[in-house]
Amino acid sequence: MQTEARVRPPENEDAALLARLRAGDEEAFELVVRTYSGRLLAVTRRILCNDEDARDAVQDALLSAFRSLDRFEGGSLVSTWLHRIAVNAALMKLRTRRRKPEESIEHLLPVYKDDGHHQEAFSSWNEPVDVAMTRADNRAQVRRCIEELPETYRTVLVLRDIEELDTEETAQALGISGNAVKIRLHRARQALRTLLAPHFRSAQP
Amino acid sequence: MTCREFADFIMDYTAGELPADAREPFEWHLSRCQNCQKYLAQYTSTIQAGRLAFRNLDEELPAEVPEDLVKAVLAVRK
Repeated sequence: MQTEARVRPPENEDAALLARLRAGDEEAFELVVRTYSGRLLAVTRRILCNDEDARDAVQDALLSAFRSLDRFEGGSLVSTWLHRIAVNAALMKLRTRRRKPEESIEHLLPVYKDDGHHQEAFSSWNEPVDVAMTRADNRAQVRRCIEELPETYRTVLVLRDIEELDTEETAQALGISGNAVKIRLHRARQALRTLLAPHFRSAQP
Repeated sequence: MTCREFADFIMDYTAGELPADAREPFEWHLSRCQNCQKYLAQYTSTIQAGRLAFRNLDEELPAEVPEDLVKAVLAVRK
């Protein structure tokens, strides 16, 4: 049953589930894999932006989780624990995969006149973003715009702004300097602003 | 400070990490340049929009449980 499998077990069922896993209950393993693989795939896909790598990372994450059941303290939810392991598996995958050449993002950055002023006259966005983002179509639109970012920039934006890793953690994950992380994050945000503006700006400046 | 220089400092400013000697000219420019006021507002809205876009993981779920992945994981574990 797809619907049932996608519902996260409530908090008070986590302890029972964990006990079954530790006892080697095969049905419990299958339940966890069925329940969480879709969610974890969404998480690793955000970071890796590649279906095959994302699936490999989920597989690595679940197997690693099952191997380290003894280390799960029960202080957090099973879903939170698995999320963290999936992020780590995705980061490991990022580190080991062949580095792609950095794509240009210049066409999405602000353009300046010779005197240093913006060429564009910016208009206000038509409603506060926290209001706009209560609507699913806007959330989907923003995710599509993030997917449009060149990969080297998108990854930094996802790790820093979405997964909320700090600069140092992101630098380590990507094998680049903290300064490079900051530069890429700033450019990624500016580029994303360029992509979002047509969707959010009001008709009047 | 020009608009171009202002934009370079935005990330540190929004993170509260802009040193005092740069913050003063930054805020002076901000108080006088409406275009940069709008740009700064859009920059911070962009960060917020990114965070809120991924708040509901259910929206990103694959349409179906990835059956081949489930089978692969269970097979490797055995």
